[in-house]
Amino acid sequence: MSCELVAAEGGACMALDRRSFLMCALASGAALGAGEFAAPAGAVPLAAGAQAQNDAQFTFEAKFYEKLANRKIKCKLCPRECVVGDKERGYCGVRENHGGVYYTLVHSRVCAAHIDPIEKKPLFHYLPGTNAFSIATAGCNVNCKFCQNWDISQSRPEEIPAQYISPHQAADIARKYDCPTIAYTYSEPVVFAEYLMDTADAAHQAGVRSIVVSNGYMQHDSLEQAYGKMDAVKIDLKAFNESYYGKVVTGQLKPVLDSLVTLRKMGKWTEIVYLVVPSLNDDDEEFRGLAAWIKANLGPDVPLHFTQFHPEYLLKNLPITPVATLERAKAIADAEGLHYVYIGNVPGHPAQNTYCPQCRKMLVERVGFTASQLLIRKDSTCPYCRHSIPGIWHA
Amino acid sequence: MTDLRNRSRRDFLARCLTGAAAMGVAGLPATGEAQAAAAKSRVVVARDPLLRGSGATIESGRIDVGRLETLLDRTMQSLFSLPATHENSIAAWRRVADASDKVSLKVNTLGGRGISTNVDLVDAVCERLQQAGVPARNIIVWDRDTEEMERAGFRIVVGGDRVQCYGTDRVGYEDDLSAWGSVGSRFSKILTRSSNVLINLPVLKDHDGAGVTIALKNMYGTIHNPNKYHPNGCDPYVADLNMLPEIRSRTKLVICDATTAMYEGGPGFKPEHSWKLNGLLAARDAVALDFTGWQIIERKRAEMGLKTLDAEQRAPRYIATAANNEHGLGHCDPARIAVIEI
Repeated sequence: MSCELVAAEGGACMALDRRSFLMCALASGAALGAGEFAAPAGAVPLAAGAQAQNDAQFTFEAKFYEKLANRKIKCKLCPRECVVGDKERGYCGVRENHGGVYYTLVHSRVCAAHIDPIEKKPLFHYLPGTNAFSIATAGCNVNCKFCQNWDISQSRPEEIPAQYISPHQAADIARKYDCPTIAYTYSEPVVFAEYLMDTADAAHQAGVRSIVVSNGYMQHDSLEQAYGKMDAVKIDLKAFNESYYGKVVTGQLKPVLDSLVTLRKMGKWTEIVYLVVPSLNDDDEEFRGLAAWIKANLGPDVPLHFTQFHPEYLLKNLPITPVATLERAKAIADAEGLHYVYIGNVPGHPAQNTYCPQCRKMLVERVGFTASQLLIRKDSTCPYCRHSIPGIWHA
Repeated sequence: MTDLRNRSRRDFLARCLTGAAAMGVAGLPATGEAQAAAAKSRVVVARDPLLRGSGATIESGRIDVGRLETLLDRTMQSLFSLPATHENSIAAWRRVADASDKVSLKVNTLGGRGISTNVDLVDAVCERLQQAGVPARNIIVWDRDTEEMERAGFRIVVGGDRVQCYGTDRVGYEDDLSAWGSVGSRFSKILTRSSNVLINLPVLKDHDGAGVTIALKNMYGTIHNPNKYHPNGCDPYVADLNMLPEIRSRTKLVICDATTAMYEGGPGFKPEHSWKLNGLLAARDAVALDFTGWQIIERKRAEMGLKTLDAEQRAPRYIATAANNEHGLGHCDPARIAVIEI
């Protein structure tokens, strides 16, 4: 899942916790403050929140699965390929087999909603300085031991308060609050692919773009179909070794690398985040291998963000990543020839800014999650040397 | 933690199947605490062929409540090696709980009316607990979801002085994580806050992924994220979960409802793969009970001309894992299980 996201966002509480659900107030039309949501609805007991949900409202037949004998199904959404018996759920916890038909239980079932600067995703080369209407449902197809949003990602949908937000409603909210994008984020958008696809269609009709923050742990077909509807993608590449993926992520590295290559071939604007966890994925050779792979397979212009780990969930025994480690990682990636290597979760660090790889002048200055200065020209070139700076800089 | 997931099937079989013939051993002397490492674990397999009227279907076959209560009494007397008297029916329950306890009965209602813990059995257990001195209000019958319980025939009771009956969805899960092994979970507040004694009341059925689902796996219904425990045939996840003190310190008894059982097609109810076993299994060692139940399912599969679960590559390896040195939750070696057939 995209649990690094919160860390990348400075630990701000972006997801709705179990005690409070930010009422999006869609049906009621309740007023929302400009640029932010209304105050939390107050203490909502878990059971009451869960009971208030009408499961049928959120239940749609899944898109990516095949039927097997004896009312079993095989999920084709992610490489896990769960074989799910009748009345059972897949590993993600949000898809259920009813009599041999597989259903998503989280279509329009939004458990976290917020308006964030797009830099929080982080996407640094995509519409800097704009806000994204950011939504999530419960569930995840992996189980990262460092997950910052485990209370929603590792829960089943009926266990956490949620609000019905249809695709068209999501698009309307984004427009209403001047968000040029909807971001699918916080938990793992792979598991709510159907909702993401329908919302992206509705949003495009309304002139709103879609971005996704994902672990990229998907099958080729589901990636092409679901993320084919996205305008930009951020992939959390959690390590560059299979062992870590197996032990810490409960997934696999290779399908994620395959997804990155596919996104590249699809022409999707893609940025990569690598959460540096002390002693687990902070080896020089791993940094070097990662950077070399990116350069060889995706090109030197793909932004790479090395972000700081904070102890959370099942990895509370490890320290915060030293800034020196992040700087070492950046130095290695720079030396390998990557042009846009950032350091994240370290407020005020100069490696949060974008520099021209040719003349080295600063082109985008970032303070916190805000792009305070954007000097890149409308034609996406450096104002000093006219070097082309990859990205979508202006709406 | 040691990674247990790569244990070979050969190792597993060597640990569990070599003494299958010993399963028929009966009438061994009482062993005291079944969990004692050096002792044999007693597993009572009690049957009454007349538990239902003849000719009843699986779906509609009503159980004779009087005979079920008698079967339960015989089961408990045998488990605790007590002579068969009414007084000893109550005395057996006093070995499990007394007036100072809060007792939770974890049923299994995933399969609807067809293959859920029988309501009449649960009523009988509640009755005996009260006769043993446990106040009705200190007894709670529960599973994960209230609606599932209702579909299985349970009448929901919240509040008052009666036996309580509702799902975790009414009260939620603890905020804090508990972990043993690679997965962390939040426990039902019913377990953690409403009980110091847990009686596990599972059913006996096949499971398409885990092989079988009986007592150990019934604990998946106590946590918020059972979906994270299903890879690799639930091994070592079932064993890991049962290591957690929330479960381990509370579990005093397992009574498996085998009035109806399933040998294929689980966990959802498949009437075509169900049979009327008309029995109960009881033990204080959930591992031994699961092993015994597994063998019953295997025998039925053989009778029906089906392959063994091992041949289908879904033998319940988690049972051996639960018994290994790292977990030590009970016995799965037939030489260390005393099966008492009554």
